Amino acid sequence: MKYLDEYRDPELARLLLAELRRVTTRPWTLMEVCGGQTNTIVRQGIDELLPGGIRMIHGPGCPVCVTPLEVLDRAMAIAQTPGTILTSFGDMLRVPGSRTDLLALRARGADVRIVYSPMDAVTLARDNPDRQVVFLAVGFETTAPANAMAVLHAATLGLTNFSVLVSHVLVPPAMTAVLRAPGCQVQGFLAAGHVCAVMGWTEYEPMAAEFRVPIVVTGFEPLDLLEGILMAVRQLEQGRHEVENQYARAVRRDGNTAARAAIRRVFRVTDRTWRGIGAIPDSGLALTDEFAAFDARRRFDVGRLVVREHPDCVAGDILTGAKTPLDCAAYGTACTPRTPLGAPMVSAEGTCAAYHNAGRRREDRHASR
Amino acid sequence: MCLGIPGLVTEVEQEDGLRVGTVDFGGVRKRVCLAYAPEASAGDYVIVHVGFAISVVDAAEAQRTLAVLRAMGDVLDQELGP
Ligand code: SF4
Repeated sequence: MKYLDEYRDPELARLLLAELRRVTTRPWTLMEVCGGQTNTIVRQGIDELLPGGIRMIHGPGCPVCVTPLEVLDRAMAIAQTPGTILTSFGDMLRVPGSRTDLLALRARGADVRIVYSPMDAVTLARDNPDRQVVFLAVGFETTAPANAMAVLHAATLGLTNFSVLVSHVLVPPAMTAVLRAPGCQVQGFLAAGHVCAVMGWTEYEPMAAEFRVPIVVTGFEPLDLLEGILMAVRQLEQGRHEVENQYARAVRRDGNTAARAAIRRVFRVTDRTWRGIGAIPDSGLALTDEFAAFDARRRFDVGRLVVREHPDCVAGDILTGAKTPLDCAAYGTACTPRTPLGAPMVSAEGTCAAYHNAGRRREDRHASR
Repeated sequence: MCLGIPGLVTEVEQEDGLRVGTVDFGGVRKRVCLAYAPEASAGDYVIVHVGFAISVVDAAEAQRTLAVLRAMGDVLDQELGP
């Protein structure tokens, strides 16, 4: 496919690796923020091909992984309310909540449906006027414009049986939290290309200056990642700390202005708790007062929720890069993609699932370092 | 959910007051909302996330990136010798 295959060319990948070896004089530690990039890096074994001393830490950019337990438990409580249809992206269904998951609830008779786009949930509400349709609106800046449009469209259609359970997260505050964490080893970032396609990269400029870290807006194919790594390492070797754009074919400095306007209209910035990481100030989106009528939290009173993580899961350390899945005792034994104990083992963007699908084993832990 | 992929816009129309299109992903066709890609028309490539085009692929920039990478080969050849 155009714009995919040509960025997977092994010959050009070899060139990039040779150039990277040529410019690297010291060890450097970079973080790729986005789970989609983690997936490419682990699946292609890019981290194992890099010159010695260049280490990739996998970042918190897996939307499925960081959606708070409280939101999942609330979605499950809403799904069990008679007369409701709970809709969600497919990879949310197997994420373990405190007691069960949405897939298991569906098997027990709850009406839980997978949608490809939030607009499908709006259509479902229009076609089922006697049911309440709720969309679990999670994700980063990449899904926020779609979810904003679903709310705007439901308002235009005058729907009173559509609502959204919003738990959006924002990437730049999470990167700042990583940089502020005691013992932070990250010296440069690959910023998430598609987040920047929506938001642009101006937010990163003060961050690069304050923390003196290079930030390279990077795409998702193997050549994109190798070039992003090369650009970040060049900056580090030259003592620069700027925002650069590797992914120029898809990202402009100001992002997508129409999408940003819709986000600003429907959502406001709020503090948000990230699963496994904790509360990060100003790191999420919630509905503005103008659209409060579409807030599923207000529409459904599910009482008090008591949340509980699986005691063996170290997802918090995985999401902040403090540990790799190979450091988790449950990895590959009690916890597999078929029987996930924690969220990072569920979606393709989760680090634990990426490792497992690539066949990485705990026994190989030291060999891969 | 968060994996955006490029696809070719084959048709553009209006539906319920929204700009929508048909996008071809290597043979798989999907309906995609084009509200955030007002400049996209048939023949353009767009990056699609959860049923929405969030960016129009800039063909000239795409070529430039590949050209830079290929040119690196020549430099390396000189640098590293045969
Ligand atoms: S392997 Fe499973 S239990 Fe261990 S951190 Fe990952 S998701 Fe949690």
